[in-house]
Amino acid sequence: MTRSRIQWGVLDFVVVAFALIPVLWLVSLSLKTPATIADGGFIPTEWTFDNYVNVFTEGGFLRPLVNSIGIAGLATLIAIVLGTFAAYAIARLNFPGRSIMLGAALLVAMFPQVSLVTPLFNIERALGLFNTWPGLILPYVTFALPLTIYTMSTFFREIPWELEKAAKMDGASSFQAFRKVIVPLAAPGVVTAAVLAFIQSWNDFLFAISLTSSERSRTAPAAISYFTGSSQFEDPTGSVSAAAVIVTIPIVIFVLIFQRRIVSGLTAGAVKG
Amino acid sequence: MIGVAEIVLDGISKWYRRDEPVIRDIDLTIADEEFLILVGPSGCGKSTLLNMIAGLENISSGELRIAGRRVNETPPQERNIAMVFQSYALYPHMSVRENIAFPLNIAKMPKNEIQDKVEHAAEILELSGLLDRRPGELSGGQRQRVAMGRAIVREPKAFLMDEPLSNLDAKLRAQMRTSISRLQKSLATTTVYVTHDQTEAMTLGDRIVVLRDGIAQQIGSPADLYERPANLFVAGFIGSPTMNFLPGRLTEGKVRTAIGGLPLGDEIRRELESGNADRDVIVGLRPEAFEDDRFTGSDTGRFTFTDDVDIVESLGAVKLAYFNLAEPPRSAQLASVAEVTGAADRFGTAQLVAQIDARSSAREGGDLRVSFDPHDALLFDPDTGNRIGHLV
Repeated sequence: MTRSRIQWGVLDFVVVAFALIPVLWLVSLSLKTPATIADGGFIPTEWTFDNYVNVFTEGGFLRPLVNSIGIAGLATLIAIVLGTFAAYAIARLNFPGRSIMLGAALLVAMFPQVSLVTPLFNIERALGLFNTWPGLILPYVTFALPLTIYTMSTFFREIPWELEKAAKMDGASSFQAFRKVIVPLAAPGVVTAAVLAFIQSWNDFLFAISLTSSERSRTAPAAISYFTGSSQFEDPTGSVSAAAVIVTIPIVIFVLIFQRRIVSGLTAGAVKG
Repeated sequence: MIGVAEIVLDGISKWYRRDEPVIRDIDLTIADEEFLILVGPSGCGKSTLLNMIAGLENISSGELRIAGRRVNETPPQERNIAMVFQSYALYPHMSVRENIAFPLNIAKMPKNEIQDKVEHAAEILELSGLLDRRPGELSGGQRQRVAMGRAIVREPKAFLMDEPLSNLDAKLRAQMRTSISRLQKSLATTTVYVTHDQTEAMTLGDRIVVLRDGIAQQIGSPADLYERPANLFVAGFIGSPTMNFLPGRLTEGKVRTAIGGLPLGDEIRRELESGNADRDVIVGLRPEAFEDDRFTGSDTGRFTFTDDVDIVESLGAVKLAYFNLAEPPRSAQLASVAEVTGAADRFGTAQLVAQIDARSSAREGGDLRVSFDPHDALLFDPDTGNRIGHLV
């Protein structure tokens, strides 16, 4: 008992350390002055917030950040709305080709994105979508949808079908039953899917760098790669670190807001005595 | 005149695949304010039939009329019928109050009216103290009452109940049974109640429909079903302990059975005149028709027999004496009935159960003399399973 607890404790510690130390390292780097940036110390000797200020003043990071929030937010919203309907249909309706549809959706998710970049680049250029918000939202929705459909269809499947029948017997239309009974109960699933979709879109670098050309639609991860030092001999390590820290903040906030809703057991007491 | 909430099933059938009907040609008129029970073993189609009345399942053929209007194509939410589900189907994210108010909110009733109605329903069902709890915090019986509350609150034309008590323990079930009965009488609302429990069927219903394989075996009052079962299935399904079935051979105006030759009454003899003189029959005898001969007094009309007792079960108020008879009844009909009623072990071993007075001194292994009134004995056709008539 205690033995296995110790084993788990050690394992947990290793995993958490492996994940968090680079983040802390990044935070540490972002708070160092240019002179001490390469000193190798974990705790900065000279503290400064210059890097954060520079990112916005000289780096022009505000616009990419707005692009990122807008594009990832819209992509998530669209993916969730479409994904909820699709997942519900897959979970509840018995139509021919249901499993094929789910399989096809998963296939999209497994498709290596890198092989799509060049064709997408050409298509978007031809359609005038290149270097626009929709030009990024479209592929993000495409790749977020399989994930949301899959996550939410498992949640929908967990909800007792009788609840929907009960709602109909209580006078609710199909849509009312869906909106007032099914969706609130699937909320943890919707939130989980939304968080995953948002993180996926937010973190994307490949499409962001390939399908944008100016700050009009360039997102934060792509913008970071364009950071330069104040002179060509200066490494922009401090600014990159500061920008990277800034980029993680929305994700942390997003997860913190919603983690309370990502709880299981919400359906407890629905059926059976 | 057509009752305000008369439900008419006119040749209702249902199939998922064309040649495998699950409900076959049901004709039934449920009168206004009637308490009708659909009873049968699992898989007999009783829930399907209920769902068809509710509108949750399509009707493949036939017509369903509620208050004189064809409703085959009417979606469930427009039929103004409330349903209580076996699982209760309470909305887990809503409080008891919100659950009960849900149908009224959907109907866009004014807030203060909803408040009044919910409180009134809660009072009737003794839920007043629980209105702000979630279903997850309630006991099984309380959940059941919330489900009832949600059904009665909007005063629907009819209630449909799908085995509402089957998730409760035995004691609570008996208690809820009486309160459902009382509630139905006080609300005077047409009710269709599905159950597999024959006790519930017998105690609650004004009329009972016994279903098997989607076919209505018999429709009648509890007394009808008990005293004049249409066939072996109804006879075996209704009553507890299950009716005894003895193989018999009709010859020279008597029925020869393992417990002796039973004399035939005049009426049944006349009825059988047309058929062949000798034929096989099955004699049906309810356990409660028997009595220990010591307690029947000087009643001379009774038929008596003596055999050694295999097992004695004392239930407190009565005793059950089991006899082993020489010859098990051989009837394909009876075998299939035994299978669905779950009494295969009893039917197969030619066991006979007699319910006798608790004061009886019957002992396992000892001889016991029991008697029964031949008026209580039924005759069945072993081939068709249909009741031929009473023995006397």
